[in-house]
Formats: sequence, structure tokens, C-alpha cells
Amino acid sequence: MTTSTPDIIDLLAGIKPGSSLDRIRTQRPETREQAQKSYLALFEPDNAGDVSLVERQAIASFVAGLHRQPDIFEFYVSPLEESEKNRWLVEVLKAEIGAAHAVGPYGRYPAGPLSIEDSSGPIHRVSDAGREALGEKLAAALEHAHLLIFHLRDASPKALQALLDAGWTTNGIVTLSQLVSFVAFQIRVIAGLGLLAASVRRAAA
Amino acid sequence: MTDHIITPAIENRPVSFTQAEIGWTPWLEPLAEDDLTEAHLAGLVEASRAKSPYFRLLVRDPAVLEARTKTDKDIFYNTRTGLPRAERELAATVASRSNGCIFCASVHSRFASHHSKRGDDVQKLLDDGVGVDLGERWNAIVAASVALTATPPTFGNDHIERLSAAGLNELEIADVIHGAAFFNWANRLMLSLGEPTPAVQ
Repeated sequence: MTTSTPDIIDLLAGIKPGSSLDRIRTQRPETREQAQKSYLALFEPDNAGDVSLVERQAIASFVAGLHRQPDIFEFYVSPLEESEKNRWLVEVLKAEIGAAHAVGPYGRYPAGPLSIEDSSGPIHRVSDAGREALGEKLAAALEHAHLLIFHLRDASPKALQALLDAGWTTNGIVTLSQLVSFVAFQIRVIAGLGLLAASVRRAAA
Repeated sequence: MTDHIITPAIENRPVSFTQAEIGWTPWLEPLAEDDLTEAHLAGLVEASRAKSPYFRLLVRDPAVLEARTKTDKDIFYNTRTGLPRAERELAATVASRSNGCIFCASVHSRFASHHSKRGDDVQKLLDDGVGVDLGERWNAIVAASVALTATPPTFGNDHIERLSAAGLNELEIADVIHGAAFFNWANRLMLSLGEPTPAVQ
């Protein structure tokens, strides 16, 4: 199964075998391999532990949506879309993403000299209908993902308590935090290398 | 024991960006050193990391931690070709300054200063923020790293052209992208799973 998974960054950044960007990535073989292994550890884990595969895909889709990256959203949401049992989630996620748009990073610093740099922005709460459909656990995860993506410096022990109250375990919170943060990394590499690949192709044309 | 948060009582908590060796304390219980299995030790990659509460917390998901650690090391330490280490650390510092991660910025600004020998410029970046003038080559790296850190990212062709005009080749531009992108992973973990503690006097 894992052997058949294509390199996700190459796939989504449009990096073709033998291209200039392919050769650049070849010079960082460990980065390429371990970024892929990070993806596999999060989305094709040997043991899903306290975070189900459906929850993982749903949270990653939400994160991609918040970044307004339609191709990456499509990539993460497609396993849900293709499953009769989980297809209902797609519309709920789209509605939540639509209500959750913001521009980051914003948030507050600990009180002190940096307070003059405090900037405010929306704090996302999942809609009542969304919460009803998603359940407490997934709804809490989306709210936490919004915090981590847009206003990470507002993070607090209270935010983690909200996850515990919604049924998350400590192990589950570690996986959730890694997943949201990894996708934030992956999106930036895909966006950056995708533009670089296009610029190299233009220069060669 | 049931899962619970930790609310640390910290005196003199760090409230500004610094190159001092500040610490970090978790808001969730790390695994105990004595409870680490072979799988956990593999996830830590280096045995010395078992001393760190941050890594003993992240090792609750060992497979992800192992891959993340190896990604990190290659992005920053594989300097046989490509961007000098100092400028990869600059990208990391800028992402951390922009996101507001006082702890991450402290570690990577020290590395940036050490490798570039431009400690005063690095301090200006910490003190005055990402709008400072550090000369065109560094300004181009700072602007690209800020744009990559924004959500949604605002990194565009203009950033690539500016980096290229400042003398960076494609591999070096890819290194800037990876350095800034990686800290959008690291900052989120450091900021949301614990907080900085003051430097030991």
C-alpha cells in the first residue's frame, strides 16, 4: 500500500520526473523521503490509535481549505468524497471552511513590550448544525485547527482542555497537532516549489 | 492516570524576542523517561532527546516524530550544496518572528547569528520585526519567508524574482522555501503544546 503512494509534494506541485525541480529535490533526498514518510505516518499509519483515518482526512481537508488551496483540498477530501459512508462530511466541511476564512498570522503576545504588536482576528466556532453533524470531538478539532493555522500565538492550556473535554486524549492531541502543523508545512512547500517550477519552465521556454 | 493539562506557574516569563538560551515547558504530560520503549527511542532519533520534555511529549506519536526530525535535519544541516546554513536559519527566524514563537526565534536567531557573524542585524530583526532593512540579499529572504508564513501564503513570482536578483539560484531558493515552511510546522507545535521559560541565571 505505502509503496504505491506517489510522492505527494511532487504530485501537487506538478514536479515531473527529469524536470529541473525534480533534480533540485534529488539534491535533498532525505527531505523528500522524510516529508513523504511524515505524510504516510499521518495518513496511512500502521495503527491509527486515537485519531481515526476519517478524522485525519477531514481535518487535513479543513486545513487545506483555510489556506485556500483548492487542489490540496481536493486531494485530502477525495477519500471522503469517494466513500458512500463519509460523503456527507464534504458539504459540512465546505460550509465550515466558508465560515472560517481569515488572514493570518494574528493574535496576542504575553503582556509586555510586544503587546503593541497584538492584532485581532476571528476565533472560529463551529456552527450548531456543524457540531450536530460532526460530533463534539471532530468539531473541537476543527476549532483547534483554526487556532493553529491563523492565530497560533493565542494558544493556551485552556485550548488543550477544550480538546480533552471533547474526548481527545493526550496521544490524540499530539497526533492532531502534528497533522495540522505538517499540512501547514506541506502546503507551503507545494505552493513555493510549484511557483518555482513554473518560473524555471518559463525561463527555459 | 487520566489525561490532563499542566498550567505552569512561571515567574519572569519571556515576553520579548531574545537570543538568550530560554527554556520551554509543556502543557501536556510528556512520557516518563523510564517508560520509553524501543519504538519511542527510534522516534526520538537521538538518544539525548529523551532528556527533552518537548520531544518526550511528541514521541507519543513516534512514527511522525521520527520522520519530522529527519526532515528537519536535512533541511537545515545538509549544506554541502545550496543556501548557507546562516540563511536557512534566517528563514527559520523570520517565520518564528512573524508567527510569534518566542522560543523558536530564540534558538534559531542564535544559530543565524553564529553562522553569519551578523548578531546585531539578527537582533534588529528580533527587536524591530520583519520590516527591518538588513541589506538586499537578506531583505529578499526575509520578505519571501514572511510571505510563505502568511495564511493563505502570499509568496509569489515577485519573491522568486527578487531572490534570484539577489543572487540565489534555484536550489538556494528551494532551501529558503523549505526553511520557512518547516518553521510553519515547528512554530505550531512549540506555541500550542507549551510555553517558554526564562533563561537560567
